[in-house]
Amino acid sequence: MMSEGEAYPLEQFRKTYFEECAELLDVLQANLELLAAGAGSEETLHAIFRAVHSIKGGAGAFGFSSLVAFSHVFESLLDALREQKVDATPDVTQLLLRASDALADIVNAARSERALPIDFASDILTGMEEALAGASGATAAASATSGIEPVAAHAAVKGERSYRVVFTPHTEMLQKANEPLLLVRQLRKLGGLTVDVDMSRLPAFEVLEPEAAYLSWTFVLETGAPQSAIHEVFEFVEDDCDLLIEPLQQAAEAVSAAPTANATEAAPAVAAAAEPSATVAPTPSQSIRVDVDKVDRLVNLVGELVITQAMLTEQGSLLPVDQYPAMIQGIEALAQSARELQESVMAIRAQPVKSVFARMPRVVRDLAATLGKEVKIVTSGEMTEIDKTVIEQLNDPLTHMIRNALDHGIESPDDRVAAGKPRQGTIHLSAAQRSGRIVIEVSDDGRGLNREKVLAKARDRGLVAPGVNPSEEEIDNLIFLPAFSTADVVSNISGRGVGMDVVKRNVQALGGRISVQSRFGAGSRFTMSLPLTLAVVDGMVVSVGKETFIVPLTAIIESLRPQPADINPVVGRGDVLALRGEYLPLTYLHSSFAIESAVTDPCQGIVIIVQTEGAGRIGVVVDELLGQQQVVVKSLEANYDAVDGISGATILGNGRVALILDVARLREIGDKPGMRMTKPARETTSEVREDMNHAA
Amino acid sequence: MAKRILAVDDSKTMRDMVSFTLKKAGFEVAEAEDGKAALNVLGGGKFDLIITDLNMPNMDGISLIKNVRSGSSHRAVPILILTTESDGTKKADGKAAGATGWLVKPFSPDKLIELIQRVCP
Amino acid sequence: MQPENQSVGTLGQGNLDGVSVGEHTQQFITFTLGNEEYGIDIMVVREIKGWTDTTMIPNAPAHVRGVINLRGVIVPIFDLRARFGVGLTVPTSMHVVIIVAAGSRTVGLLVDTVSDIISVDPKAIRPVPEMGLPTEDQYLEGLVAIEERMVTLVSLAGLFGMATAKRSFAPDMATTKAA
Repeated sequence: MMSEGEAYPLEQFRKTYFEECAELLDVLQANLELLAAGAGSEETLHAIFRAVHSIKGGAGAFGFSSLVAFSHVFESLLDALREQKVDATPDVTQLLLRASDALADIVNAARSERALPIDFASDILTGMEEALAGASGATAAASATSGIEPVAAHAAVKGERSYRVVFTPHTEMLQKANEPLLLVRQLRKLGGLTVDVDMSRLPAFEVLEPEAAYLSWTFVLETGAPQSAIHEVFEFVEDDCDLLIEPLQQAAEAVSAAPTANATEAAPAVAAAAEPSATVAPTPSQSIRVDVDKVDRLVNLVGELVITQAMLTEQGSLLPVDQYPAMIQGIEALAQSARELQESVMAIRAQPVKSVFARMPRVVRDLAATLGKEVKIVTSGEMTEIDKTVIEQLNDPLTHMIRNALDHGIESPDDRVAAGKPRQGTIHLSAAQRSGRIVIEVSDDGRGLNREKVLAKARDRGLVAPGVNPSEEEIDNLIFLPAFSTADVVSNISGRGVGMDVVKRNVQALGGRISVQSRFGAGSRFTMSLPLTLAVVDGMVVSVGKETFIVPLTAIIESLRPQPADINPVVGRGDVLALRGEYLPLTYLHSSFAIESAVTDPCQGIVIIVQTEGAGRIGVVVDELLGQQQVVVKSLEANYDAVDGISGATILGNGRVALILDVARLREIGDKPGMRMTKPARETTSEVREDMNHAA
Repeated sequence: MAKRILAVDDSKTMRDMVSFTLKKAGFEVAEAEDGKAALNVLGGGKFDLIITDLNMPNMDGISLIKNVRSGSSHRAVPILILTTESDGTKKADGKAAGATGWLVKPFSPDKLIELIQRVCP
Repeated sequence: MQPENQSVGTLGQGNLDGVSVGEHTQQFITFTLGNEEYGIDIMVVREIKGWTDTTMIPNAPAHVRGVINLRGVIVPIFDLRARFGVGLTVPTSMHVVIIVAAGSRTVGLLVDTVSDIISVDPKAIRPVPEMGLPTEDQYLEGLVAIEERMVTLVSLAGLFGMATAKRSFAPDMATTKAA
C-alpha cells in the first residue's frame, strides 16, 4: 500500500505523459475535424478544451515551458470559444487546426528534447492572441501568467511582528469541509499564538444547528512571516468568513484596509459546464491501460498453447477413437477453447485505424497549401480495428499514398474547373473489414493514370517486352515496379525520394497487397488489403526434401501438378510453366535454398503459383503440400538474423521449427546463379549480401 | 490508520504523480478518471479527502463536487480542486460548488502534502 | 551486458555452498571438441541439452546448423567445430548443445561433450600464443592449465563479434575461412 524511499520516478511519469499526449492529440485532432466540418456539438468543444488543458497541465509539471506557453494561449482561445466570447468562424477553426498541428510538433520536440526555432508557430500564436483580443475583455488574457502561481512576496521582514486576526466563519465554510481547528494549527506554525474564542452567538442547545457556524476567534500572532503568509492560511476560506488581519502597532491603518477579503474574487456562481449531454463526440470507453509488453507476452503464451494443442491433436489423431473417446473429445474441446482464446487475445491488440487516419488531414492540409491546390479529405470506417503492430506501420505507406494522390492525382483548381470538376478535389480514405482482412482504400477524383504514358515508359525501360500487350489493370499496376521510378511521369512522388514501389514494399512487409484502379480523367483508387494481425498466419505447409516450409495462404494464387509438356526451358531464364496461355518463370525451392534429396522434376512435385514483387506471378516448385494450418509467427531475428526469402518462423505440432517463406522475395533469390548448389553456401551468403547492398 | 484519499483526474500522468506523492507520504490512494467514476468509487468506501481535476469528460469536477456535497456519504469530506487556471474564475466556481481548497498545477510534491495537512484533520 | 563483468561481480561475493571460490576466481564450464578441451564462462551458460534435429536455415554459413524450438523460442545452433574451422560435426544423440546468452540473444553451441566446471584465478590465465592466426580468431580468450590439462578459454563476445558492438552473426561468420 505504501511505498517508501523511492525516488520520484520522473522518467516514468514523463513516459506516461507523452503516451497520454499522443492520445490527447488524436482526440484533439478528431474533434477539431468535427468542428471544422460543422458537425461539432458543445461537447466537441469541451473535449478539445480538455485535451489542450491536460497537455498543458502535464507540461507544467515537467517544466516544458514553451509547451506551457503555447498551450496556454491555445487553451485561452478555446475557453473563449466555450464561453462564446469568440465565434467558431471558419477562420478560427482553421487557426485551431493549425494550432493543433503546431502543438503536436511542440510535444514531439519536447519528447525528443529538440529545440524548436524561437519563432516557431509565432504566426499562429499571434493569430490566436488577436482572436482573443477581439473577444470581450473579461476573457482570460493570453498575457496571463502561464499557470504558475505568482510567488508570494517574501519581503524581508526583519524581526517579529504582532498581528491581530479576527476570524468569523460562515456556515458555508463548514459546509465546504473547512475545519477552523486546522486553520488554528496552521497559524500556530507561523509563530506564537494566543487564542480568544467568542461564543456569544452560540444559541441554546435545543435550537443549535449542528452544522452551522456560531463561533468567532480572535488571534494574536507573533511571527516573522509576512502578512501575506497569514492571508495564505485563510486562502481557501476568505469568501466564507469575516476576516480581519491587522498589524497590532498600526491598528488604525489596518482597520481601513480590513474588508479586503471579499473584494478579490467575484464569484459568478454559474458552473462552467453542467453534466454534458451525450453526443457524437468520442467518449472514452471503459478501458484499462496495459503495457504492450504484457500483451505481447500473453500473445506468445497463447501461441505456445496453440502449438501444444496442435501437437496434442496430431498425437490424438493416432489414437483409436473407440478406446479413448473422452481423450479425443477433450482434445477437440481444447482445440476450440484454444482458438477462441487466441482470437480474444488478438482482439486485445486490435485498435481502430482512427489513430492513423486522424493524421492524414494534416498531411493533406500541409501539402495542399504547398502545391496551391484545394483538397478535402473524407474518411470513413475509422473504427475498423486492426492489430496494433500493423497500425504503427501503416502510417508511412498511407502518408505516401495520400501525398501521391494530392501531388499527381488532384489537378490545380483552374485545371479542375476547365475539366468541368469542382475546384476542390476530394480524397476518400476508407477502411473496412472484408473476409478476415482489412481493406484500406485511398481514392481521388483527380486526373487518373495516363495509361499510354505509363506503358510507353514501361516499354522504354524494358519492363514490358515488345509484342506483349498488358491489360489495363496490368498497366496500372506497373507503377509499383521499382524500375518505374522516374521523375517525369505520372504517379511517383518526385523529389521526395519515394516511389510507389516503396509503398508496395511496406505493404507487403505487413503481409498485405496493394493494387490500383484508375480511369483517365476521373481519378484513381489504391486498394490495400492487410491481415488483421501479424502474429498469426494462415499457411500452407509444404515439404522440400526433409525440410518443411510455410507458404502464407494470402500469397498463393493456385497450386497444381503440371504435365511435362507445360514445362519449357528458356535460355538464360530457367524453366517456364505454360499456364492458360501465359508463361510463368519457375523457381525451384530446393535449388534456391540448397536442399538435398528433393523432388527436382516439377511434374513429380507441386507448383505453387504466387505473386511476387517485381517479377509478377511465378511458380514455386516444392515436393508436396502437407496441408493448411494456422501458425503463430515467431521471430527469427530475435536470436539470429533476417534471412532473405524467409519472413519468420513457426513451431509445428511436432515441436519442430518451420520457416515461413517470403514469397515476394523468392524470385530474386532464385535468379541469382550463385545461389545454386554449385558453390559453397557460406560464400554465397556474403555474395548475396553484397548484391543486396548494391541494390539498396 | 492511514488516511484514504481519492484522486480524480482524466490525465493518467496527473493521477500517477498525485498518487505517487501521496502514497509516499503514507496515504492510501484510490484513483478515478472522471466524476462518474469517482462517485462510483466513493460509493464503495469511506474517504478522508478528495482531490479532483475540474476539466474531465462524462462528469466534470464541479458536478462531482456538487454531487458529493449534496449526497450523504461524503458531504463533510474536504475536497481539493486541481486546476491550471490561475485567473480565479475556476477557483471561484469550484468554491461556489463546495470545494474546500485548491491547488494550482503544476505543483511540487511538498506543496501538495502541505495543502492536505491544511484541510485534512 | 558484458559476461566478464557479470561473473566477477557475482562470484566476487564469496563462497557458494561451501565450494571454495577464491576472492577473484572465475568459473568456467569445460567442453570438448575432439581431443581439445575448451572453457566458457559459466555466467553466460543458460542450460545444457542433448542434440536434437534442427531446421536448416537457407544459405546460412556452414557452422550455422539451423534453428531449434527452445520452449517456444527460435534458437540458432552453431557448430563450434566448424566455427573454429576444423571441420563439421556429425551430430548424434550423444552430442551436446550448450545454450548461452550472447548479449541479448540466446544461441546454442554444438560441442562433443561437456566435461567439468573449473574455477580459475584470472592471474593464471595465459595469453593465447601468437601463432600467426588471423585476427578473426580473437574468440580465444586465453589458456589455462588445470591438472596437466590445457584448457582454451572461449570468449563469447569474440565469437559473436560483440566486442565490436552490435554486429550481426552472418557477416562476422562469413569471414571465417573454410577448413
